Amino acid sequence: MAGMTTGHRLGPLDDIPVGEGRAYAVGDLMIAVFRLRGGGVRAVSAVCPHAGGPLADGLVDRRLVVCPLHQHTFDLSTGCSTTGQPPLTVYPVRVDADDQLVLEM
Amino acid sequence: MRRRLVVIGNGMAGARTVEEILARGGGDQFTITMFGDEPYGNYNRIMLSNLLAGVEEESGIFLNDLAWYAANGITLHSGRRIARIDKYAKRVYADDGTVTPYDKLIIATGSRAHVPPIPGISRPGRGFHQGVFAFRTLDDTRAMMRYTREHERAVVIGGGLLGLEAARGLQNHVSHVTLVHAAGHLMNAQLDPQAGEILRRGVERLGIEVVTGARTTEILGKHTVTGIKLADGRHIPCDVVVVAAGIRANVEVAEASGLEVERGVVVDDQMRCLDEPDIYAVGECVQHRGQTYGLVAPLWDQARVLADHITGRNPQAAYHGSRVATKLKVAGVDVAAMGLKEPEREDDETLVFSERKKGVYKSVIIRDGRLVGATLIGDVRKVAFLMQAFDRGLPLPEERLELMFDLGAPPAEVSAAELADDAQVCNCNGVSKGMITACVADGVKTVTGVVDQTRAGKGCGTCKGLVAQIVEWAAGGAIEEDPAASWYVPGVPMPKPELMRVIRERGLKSVSAVFATLAPGGEEDARSKMGLASLLKMMWDDEYVDERDARFINDRVHANIQRDGTFSVVPQMKGGVTTPAQLRRIADVADKYGVPMVKLTGGQRIDLLGVPKEKLPEIWADLDMPSGYAYGKSFRTVKTCVGSEFCRFGVGDSTALGIAIEERYQGVEGPGKMKLAVTGCPRNCAEAYVKDLGVVAIDGGKWEIYVGGAAGAHVRKGDLLATVGSADEVITLTGRFLQYYRENANWLERTYAFVPRVGIERLRRIVVDDSDGIAADLDAAMARAVAAYRDPWRERAAPVTPGQFRPSLPLIEQPRVPVRESVPAGTPGPVVPTAGSPEWEA
Ligand code: SRM
Ligand SMILES: Cc1cc2nc3c(=O)[nH]c(=O)nc-3n(C[C@H](O)[C@H](O)[C@H](O)COP(=O)(O)OP(=O)(O)OC[C@H]3O[C@@H](n4cnc5c(N)ncnc54)[C@H](O)[C@@H]3O)c2cc1C
Ligand code: SF4
Ligand code: FES
Repeated sequence: MAGMTTGHRLGPLDDIPVGEGRAYAVGDLMIAVFRLRGGGVRAVSAVCPHAGGPLADGLVDRRLVVCPLHQHTFDLSTGCSTTGQPPLTVYPVRVDADDQLVLEM
Repeated sequence: MRRRLVVIGNGMAGARTVEEILARGGGDQFTITMFGDEPYGNYNRIMLSNLLAGVEEESGIFLNDLAWYAANGITLHSGRRIARIDKYAKRVYADDGTVTPYDKLIIATGSRAHVPPIPGISRPGRGFHQGVFAFRTLDDTRAMMRYTREHERAVVIGGGLLGLEAARGLQNHVSHVTLVHAAGHLMNAQLDPQAGEILRRGVERLGIEVVTGARTTEILGKHTVTGIKLADGRHIPCDVVVVAAGIRANVEVAEASGLEVERGVVVDDQMRCLDEPDIYAVGECVQHRGQTYGLVAPLWDQARVLADHITGRNPQAAYHGSRVATKLKVAGVDVAAMGLKEPEREDDETLVFSERKKGVYKSVIIRDGRLVGATLIGDVRKVAFLMQAFDRGLPLPEERLELMFDLGAPPAEVSAAELADDAQVCNCNGVSKGMITACVADGVKTVTGVVDQTRAGKGCGTCKGLVAQIVEWAAGGAIEEDPAASWYVPGVPMPKPELMRVIRERGLKSVSAVFATLAPGGEEDARSKMGLASLLKMMWDDEYVDERDARFINDRVHANIQRDGTFSVVPQMKGGVTTPAQLRRIADVADKYGVPMVKLTGGQRIDLLGVPKEKLPEIWADLDMPSGYAYGKSFRTVKTCVGSEFCRFGVGDSTALGIAIEERYQGVEGPGKMKLAVTGCPRNCAEAYVKDLGVVAIDGGKWEIYVGGAAGAHVRKGDLLATVGSADEVITLTGRFLQYYRENANWLERTYAFVPRVGIERLRRIVVDDSDGIAADLDAAMARAVAAYRDPWRERAAPVTPGQFRPSLPLIEQPRVPVRESVPAGTPGPVVPTAGSPEWEA
């Protein structure tokens, strides 16, 4: 193990319904966290680079989030847009032993 | 080692062919040398007409500047003419004596203006008489523009496409233009006499004098031109003459070098000169299968085949000839023509529409159900559609009139090829033609693929047809059939009827169950969720297992998301009828929450705009009105007019009927929005003719029901479904029609597309006459949907999901997580951060 990284507790996993996203303000950052159906969480920057859409309101599947405003899509693991927009920032996120969401910084 | 490729002719075909070769990696295979007689890089010859007419700058017509040649490693010898090819020694000889060896040679010498030997037109040894011009090159055009500065009256000889464009362009420079044409009517190669006559009137309206049946026998004037003489003895004074009497292929070099030449350089289907494995020819100088061309479209096709072949990308590539359409580029006179101008066989079907006064003429010629000719003058909106049908031999619409007029279907006004690269195609998402072609060039060869990547066509949808055309054009016929085009949603490979059958057979009641059972690899697909949720709700009503994540945000929070992430709230106001009490409540709510805008909608109700997500439940509670569903793909509104209650013309109680309809079908989901109207008489104040379903009261206590109308992104008058004698029958048929639409329309297919697709006769048989014996089932299914209705605004009492109304942006009200309060990573527990990837799998 390469020592300890630090993380920030965002709150209980159950704050996010399965298959949906919720937005968190972490310091000055705005982060959208998604709880995937079939397991797994993903965190990306919350503001759509296209025209500022709220990504946490988007539809997701295992791979993509679709922005609710103009339906641009982004890969949740890489942040890259599959529809030609600038990429999102991806944040490492996990669920700890107490079922808390932890954002690694 | 790279082979030496030499190109003779740096015009539109030569340069395009080189571009195509480079696009296929030819830059690594060949060192390329180009010779061009003209002293420039490559320019767009077509635009010379616009240059002359003053609607284009000279700088705007260059296609490839010298930097382009340099950047691609091409040696360009501009202003250097090739005189001869030695095909045995494989060298070309230029006029200035230089010799250049080649491994592969392309001849792209184009054509030149044909100048008939009219007495006085040129001076022995000195070329053209001063004041006489051809119209082919940039130099011609510059000379003409310079000369006309000092002169006043021009005669154009030749009333074909080029002559017409020259005449129009010259009007920009001289005060009087006469067009002299030897044949009996203008554009006689493309038009029949009747069309030619209508064109003539259009041209005359522009102020151009037209003389037909006029053979020019002499150019008059010794030092300067003073006029022309016609065969009938007439004399037309002028000081400028422009000759536009046809073109001749530049074949001299090929001929002198022992290549097979007839009217053009003869080539095979690979664009190779006969019996010459290393010499190709392309463009206007070519004769292929007995045919020569004088337009650019064929040479784009030829260039692709040549490039495929010479680079080895596709040695089987073959050119089969082109079916060309001509369009006149004269502002104020629209002309498009393709194929036959007149029927040739007895059983050729023809349709002719002629409206002389307006200068509109349309004709189509059909043989064995296929379009073999079409002419459009004055109104060329159908040209793209006709061109496609002509080019590909597509089956034609049953309703032949649709070939000439838009009977409601979305129009395709421009053809893909002629759009400029930077022309905005999708006006909603700002996608240009160039962005679409770039996407295709990147390898996306299906329409849906391009739509997904560029977002073109995902706005109002009016441009979808054009987007599809551009994709096809850019893919050069190499378009791939998109199997997904027939699927109900992209993530489940089945058309709607099959999908519904399987869902029913397997009893799939949730979106995740559909993915798990029917999607490839059980993989869910975000873009398919909304469509599936709508379908399952329609099929299972109360039994539907509602998974919130399958809903679009609007349907999760029952309001319409807006550009800044806030929402709009539109309470139900049945039939547009309200009360002072309701208005007072709305006003109070608007005050209390500081609603940024209160607006009357086009749907006859009141919109509270700019409401933050977290305020929605409180606002609904204070309003205590049901949702108006202004956000969903669902039954929306019934617009009404005052009707017989108050209006002096009213013959039916439209308000009462509208309210009754809205009460019954409120909130019912569907594949698209359902907007209705009831109007009290045919004056149609409630706009019922242009609604998904519109009801019109007519005298005698009867009601007409129209379906498939629209006045949004598309405008279409609805088709009359039935005329009935009572309000009850209207309500029943409305439900039955809507249910049939819900079960059979594709996702997001509005009735304005659905009704013409199915056909009103067929719909009438099914919905009104019950020819299929399903009327009772449709009625029962709709009754179940009505019974399953719950006002979604009731969810205000207890949110259905955690954080249902928590804002996603802006995050001002958000409980902020202090950055300091951190926990160490790797605390004991089932925590396995996957190496290299920011994810955690449970
Ligand atoms: C509020 C309203 C404009 C207004 O201020 O009057 C409106 C607002 C919107 N319309 Fe509309 N339409 C409104 C009446 C209409 C009408 C007129 C009518 O309903 O009588 C039409 C033409 C009829 C029709 O539907 O065809 C209309 C045709 C459209 C279309 C084009 C649909 C089409 O296929 O032709 C869209 C885009 C779509 O559906 O994809 C659209 C989409 C929209 C959306 C929902 C865009 C969106 O998805 O966010 C707009 C929401 C703005 C917002 O931020 O809240 N709106 N829209 C009207 C609400 C009526 C209501 O009370 O429910
Ligand atoms: C005013 C005008 C408007 C037009 N409008 C349209 C239109 O709207 N739509 C349409 O489809 N078409 C239109 N055309 C026709 C279109 O421009 C031609 O079909 C097209 O340019 C043919 O391309 P090409 O390369 O075969 O010939 P060109 O473009 O003529 O190129 C041939 C080149 O080869 C050079 N060359 C010839 N011989 C030699 C030699 N021995 N050595 C070196 N170089 C040589 C020539 O100088 C020329 O530069 C128009 C033409 C004109 C003149
Ligand atoms: S309200 Fe309708 S017309 Fe107006 S901007 Fe929005 S979608 Fe376009
Ligand atoms: S703001 Fe996200 S797609 Fe436009």
